[in-house]
Amino acid sequence: MKVGVVSFPGSLDDRDAARAVRIAGHESVALWHGDDDLHGVDAVVLPGGFSYGDYLRCGAIARFAPVMTSVIDGAKEGLPVLGICNGFQILCESHLLPGALIRNDHRKFVCRDQELVVENNKTRWTSAYQIGQRIVVPLKNGEGGFVADDYTLDRLDAEGRVVVRYVGDNPNGSYRGVAGVTNERGNVVGLMPHPEHAVEELTGPTTDGLGFFTSLLESVMSA
Amino acid sequence: MARVVVDVMLKPEILDPQGQAVAQALPRLGFDGIADVRQGKRFELELEGEVTEERLAQIRGAAETLLSNPVIEDFTVRVEQP
Repeated sequence: MKVGVVSFPGSLDDRDAARAVRIAGHESVALWHGDDDLHGVDAVVLPGGFSYGDYLRCGAIARFAPVMTSVIDGAKEGLPVLGICNGFQILCESHLLPGALIRNDHRKFVCRDQELVVENNKTRWTSAYQIGQRIVVPLKNGEGGFVADDYTLDRLDAEGRVVVRYVGDNPNGSYRGVAGVTNERGNVVGLMPHPEHAVEELTGPTTDGLGFFTSLLESVMSA
Repeated sequence: MARVVVDVMLKPEILDPQGQAVAQALPRLGFDGIADVRQGKRFELELEGEVTEERLAQIRGAAETLLSNPVIEDFTVRVEQP
């Protein structure tokens, strides 16, 4: 599959995301924030970093970049979109995903290998996992606290739309330990931890993150 | 020229770690009797020409779309008299 990885001014993890895409057996296509052409990709990754310097709110400016018009339109038609860290913040600001990310409750940047539990393997990005599977991938953020009102949190839980949840100590004050969520259709997934940094034994704590990228193929073949 | 001020505050149910940090620092500096602090943002928009209801409606649109995130924040719009 052709998987686009968007670079915004201030993106940091676009190269790692592209590498993860290739290791999973896909072709990676570099997409540019100022270009609304998605170049025929089958899926899009919004990578981590500090797009537009995190000015105003994390993801608030990136959400209005020309490329996002096409990403948002595509997502509404079923295009698989994965937002990692800053990409998750952009998806929440775009209202493609519910809730928002705010400063960590302890007000410090957190950088560690983080255990997660997969709670939904019906999305386009998590079909390679088992429900209840524990994975360890890096987590690194200053504004990773997932917040939403109780109504939204109840609905996410009831509909099984929490994709991954933190195991053990809550690293950033996320409400109900939510680490990642999906939309109703399951094609858009956002999470704060970084699966793209856990795809090779040489550089990652595990290769547990690879499943996010191999899931794309499995979900196509089973569709 | 007229100035329109947009104040943006986190909704009451959303945790405000920055406000908490300020609240904890105040008593250390001897500023007592402050029960709580919430931190927000203030935008000052300098308009060309007169303020009309139509332009205020536009600014409310901007506040809703860009200046605030309605999922976690509330905003107020007011005209500041010179």
